[in-house]
Amino acid sequence: MSDKTMPFTAYSFQHYLGQGKLKASRCPDCQRLFLPVRSLCPDCGQIDLEWVELSGKAKLAAFTSVYIGPTFMNQEGFSREKPYLTGIVELEEGPRISARLLGLSPEDPTGIKIGTPLVFTVHEIGQADSSTIQLAFSSEE
Amino acid sequence: MPGNKKQLARGVSLVGAGMSKFGSFPEKSSRDLFVEAFLDMRESIDKDFDSQEIESVIIGNFSSDLFEGQAHTAPIMADAVGLVPKAAVRVEDACASSGVAFRQGILAIASGLYDVVLVGGIEMMTKLPTSRVTDTLAAAGDVLYEIPVGFTFPGFYAAMASAYFDRYGAGPKDLMQVALKNHANGALNDKAQFGVSIPDWMEKRKESAAKKGKPVPTWKDEWEFLYDDRANPMIAWPLRLFDCSPITDGAAAALLVADEIAKDYTDHPLRIIGSGQASDYPLHDRPDLTSIGAAKLAGQEAYQMAGLGPEDIQLAEVHDCFTIAEVLAIEDLGFFEPGAGFNQAEKGVTSREGGIPVNPSGGLKAKGHPVGASGVGQTVEVFKQLRGKAGERQIQGDPRIGLTHNVGATGQTCVVHIYQREE
Repeated sequence: MSDKTMPFTAYSFQHYLGQGKLKASRCPDCQRLFLPVRSLCPDCGQIDLEWVELSGKAKLAAFTSVYIGPTFMNQEGFSREKPYLTGIVELEEGPRISARLLGLSPEDPTGIKIGTPLVFTVHEIGQADSSTIQLAFSSEE
Repeated sequence: MPGNKKQLARGVSLVGAGMSKFGSFPEKSSRDLFVEAFLDMRESIDKDFDSQEIESVIIGNFSSDLFEGQAHTAPIMADAVGLVPKAAVRVEDACASSGVAFRQGILAIASGLYDVVLVGGIEMMTKLPTSRVTDTLAAAGDVLYEIPVGFTFPGFYAAMASAYFDRYGAGPKDLMQVALKNHANGALNDKAQFGVSIPDWMEKRKESAAKKGKPVPTWKDEWEFLYDDRANPMIAWPLRLFDCSPITDGAAAALLVADEIAKDYTDHPLRIIGSGQASDYPLHDRPDLTSIGAAKLAGQEAYQMAGLGPEDIQLAEVHDCFTIAEVLAIEDLGFFEPGAGFNQAEKGVTSREGGIPVNPSGGLKAKGHPVGASGVGQTVEVFKQLRGKAGERQIQGDPRIGLTHNVGATGQTCVVHIYQREE
């Protein structure tokens, strides 16, 4: 499917992540960017939106190191002894989004600074026959 | 909202409030706990009361469906207390479910349709193992964008704490002060799940180790205990176990009536002088991660209805699902400027003897957090405190005006009420 026929849904967003692309929807009237993807501009009422690929450059807005995780993350091998990082990043283009954080130390969260520059990546979890792609950001180093 | 002073179409009063013991009750179901709460509420009504005067039942509940495998709980609760065939309604707004149910009870009476409404809250959480409780609570987050990247509820509030620490220079020790205060209050509440102060908790752990012939921990004070990774493990950095409210079974009940008949039930009704509610985006979509916008708006709406400001509030029960949440709450409600809330527990300002006592019940932290029952649970404490019936934990100075602040999920729903005792 081309951009023109992709509906503005979380399913489409996830489809693009599978292609290694970070895409948002945009209102052609007010130019506002939507991530999470919206199908209706709440400012203009416009429904004829467009897909835009983002630069993937971001900075860290808030984060945590999770020691007690949900079942699906425990199945990835995470535990009290092996925490993981997740948080909220602010994209260069403005929107903020929740994402896994890679390339930083979950065992040493006090060493992580708000504002740290990050770049978009994707992270595959689950078994081969039922894997999913997580939105992730990684430290630039 | 210029020129739009929101008022109820007619006045509503709180004339009774009660709760079950909060805790872990493997041999009970939520209906058993609701009966206990109902009986405690009935006991609190000063004059003759025939429960058949109740015209409708509104129950706050997050997820009996997932926690107990039981949906359609409202008529079951009505039946348990003998109120079939009265109209029974369930309200679900995550952890704000019963705060919102309370507001719906107020609106039902203000509309003129009913004069007497029973409002309740129930949650039975301990039947599931902790991992499945975590998964069930996660359903209150955004399952398309937040939960798939590994956020948990402690994780959301931990992320807010990371932003708050960065902006205002606070740290984990400031949050632990909130836990120390709320457990000290909870120690005086016989309905609390963890009604024990943290220093007493430490001593009990030592005694229990000695009794079992195990090595006795050597914490020299509560700080060594609170920074001990084994005694107080990290849940989601920077939040440790003692920064988190527990997994709880519990129920609460309140009786609302039209103002004009309130004196038939008690000589000391509490008038509902302010009610406010607002919604918000998922956490990542908010302009400010160090405040909950819906709480500010709900507070403003309630203050405006009451014709009061934060300086008029004499005590507050706020939604301390995590220690950082109490800090955000007391700023969002205007008791303190943004960034000035984090050291108020340490300074004693929010203690029972302080300028603005916060969570004299022990809060969700010590009293317990049966999520759908917590909002009406807060109302129970304000009812007791404003009528001088809070026993050992009674706030001195004969307080007449109190506030409750109940938050759903990360703040997508907030509901605030202000109560005033009639002289």
